[in-house]
Amino acid sequence: MTTAPVLVLLDHTDAGVLRPAVLELLTLGRALGPVHGVWVGGELAPSPQVLGVLGAAGLVRVHTVAVGAAHPRLTPVVAQALATVVAAEGATTVLLTSSFENKEVAGRLGVLTGAGVVVDVTGLDVDGGQLVATKGVFAGTWTTRCTVRSPLAVLALKPNAAEVAPAEVATVPDLVAHDVVVHGAASRVVLVERTERAPSDRPDLGAAQVVVVGGRGTDGDFSVVEDLADALGGAVGATRVATDEGWIEQEAQIGQTGVTVSPRLYIGAGVSGAVHHRGGMQSAGTIVAVNSDPEAPIFEIADLGIVGDLFAVLPQATAEIRRLKG
Amino acid sequence: MRVVVCVKHVPDLQSERGFTADGLVDRGQGDGTLNELDENAVEAALQLVEEHGGEVCVLTLGPHDAEDAVRRGLQMGATRALHVLDAAAAGSDVFGTARVLAAAVRHLEADSGPFDLVVTGMAALDGLTSLLPAALAAELDLPQLTLATEVEVTGETVRVRRVLDHATEVLSARLPALVSVTDTSNEPRYPNFAGIMAARKRTVEVVALADLGIDPATVGTAGSRTQVLGTTPRPARENRVLIADEGDAGLRLATFLVENKLV
Repeated sequence: MTTAPVLVLLDHTDAGVLRPAVLELLTLGRALGPVHGVWVGGELAPSPQVLGVLGAAGLVRVHTVAVGAAHPRLTPVVAQALATVVAAEGATTVLLTSSFENKEVAGRLGVLTGAGVVVDVTGLDVDGGQLVATKGVFAGTWTTRCTVRSPLAVLALKPNAAEVAPAEVATVPDLVAHDVVVHGAASRVVLVERTERAPSDRPDLGAAQVVVVGGRGTDGDFSVVEDLADALGGAVGATRVATDEGWIEQEAQIGQTGVTVSPRLYIGAGVSGAVHHRGGMQSAGTIVAVNSDPEAPIFEIADLGIVGDLFAVLPQATAEIRRLKG
Repeated sequence: MRVVVCVKHVPDLQSERGFTADGLVDRGQGDGTLNELDENAVEAALQLVEEHGGEVCVLTLGPHDAEDAVRRGLQMGATRALHVLDAAAAGSDVFGTARVLAAAVRHLEADSGPFDLVVTGMAALDGLTSLLPAALAAELDLPQLTLATEVEVTGETVRVRRVLDHATEVLSARLPALVSVTDTSNEPRYPNFAGIMAARKRTVEVVALADLGIDPATVGTAGSRTQVLGTTPRPARENRVLIADEGDAGLRLATFLVENKLV
């Protein structure tokens, strides 16, 4: 569509492991133009293994940005790094994964560059020569299609926006180093402490194809929810009540202010379906709900609703699924 | 300390929400409310002022009904309210909004001295983009400490804890700064009778874009960097099934998953 480069922010763990959702962006980016990666890692350079993955994805160039004494995890610092590469390469598109941090990066980048920004994008296509982003709004009850009017488009994409595919021709990306001096207020924030969560054996909640969720009805016992999730190879989520009660960690909260999920299969156990929760799961492909209250609002959006005791229904389902899977 | 809280009037979550013909959020339904997540911002500001002394101002940009949002802030305990009201601002994207709010913050500062903190909620429950806090901090060139689950001011320093997708962080900066707070950061108070009576005596100051020195052509729909091409309501789920467990619902659940190729 364009010969201007498409920049992809290379999200990685503190240990330098590329986050899997980035591969979706690389796949999508190839349809739009030559793809360049931007690695903001301070002292941490992309490993040969990471460069191999990026080459398989057809990356033309990898920009590594040093940020001096600033912390490369601070979102205003990342935004300034991206703005520097945008200017150096004349890029017209920047793709990021739509995490809390990257939405801040996108907001700052918009102010720095005059870019138009769309976040929580679930699909990208080119229509009549213009880039069109699709996203769900109002708790997933509406879908909107929008386009960016300014010369630079910054798009933050939700997991599962594309199926990952390797490039037809693998590349050996060039490495270009940049030095950025962070100025203004961005240099006056101190990252006092950062604790990255250890990776779980279960899939990442935001990206999982199957999500099993426990709510008030579990009364704090998540064992049957976890068993079903494991039988299905899914992630475990929770409602606000369950996280507020401390039954499960806060990061498991699904809802408008927590994680939004869009899996192929959502199973809610003891979940009533309050509007805040629905806002985080309503776009799931198939919704199954198990609740002892026949009036629970979640039944209004469930493809399969079961009025019953989750402690009877879930274990029976889990055992049957394990039996069928052999 | 002096704190300004930016709040937004949004369509009620429980109402039938929709769009106007040109793809903007329909704000004319009359059943709007203060964005719930901004109540956490007002509460955080009030708690800081109760601890350290000072005053809380509330600030909004929006149509006539948006006055209700700052009124609610006054009822909770803020003592000054500013409403930027201008038809030309309708349809502003986040960057237009950030510019207007930044100019409004400076307008208040020119009148009664600098703020120590600008506080916002974590998102507005209509657009839910979470972009405004970072964009506003950039406009004001303030250190940003966003998505705070805890906020603490000691002397001239503000410190927050935040829970992100993959990590937990503690950030600190010297005042002045911008802080956004999450819905788990506090339990917003309900206005009491005294608060409601006190709020009645206060006037909400109204200003237009010209009063803030903003060219109307650069904000509103005219200045928006994004354009909505179309909006479609999500189709209703068809063939929904509701069953009561008769001892075999777990087996039926498993069968349903197999039939729908979900296992």
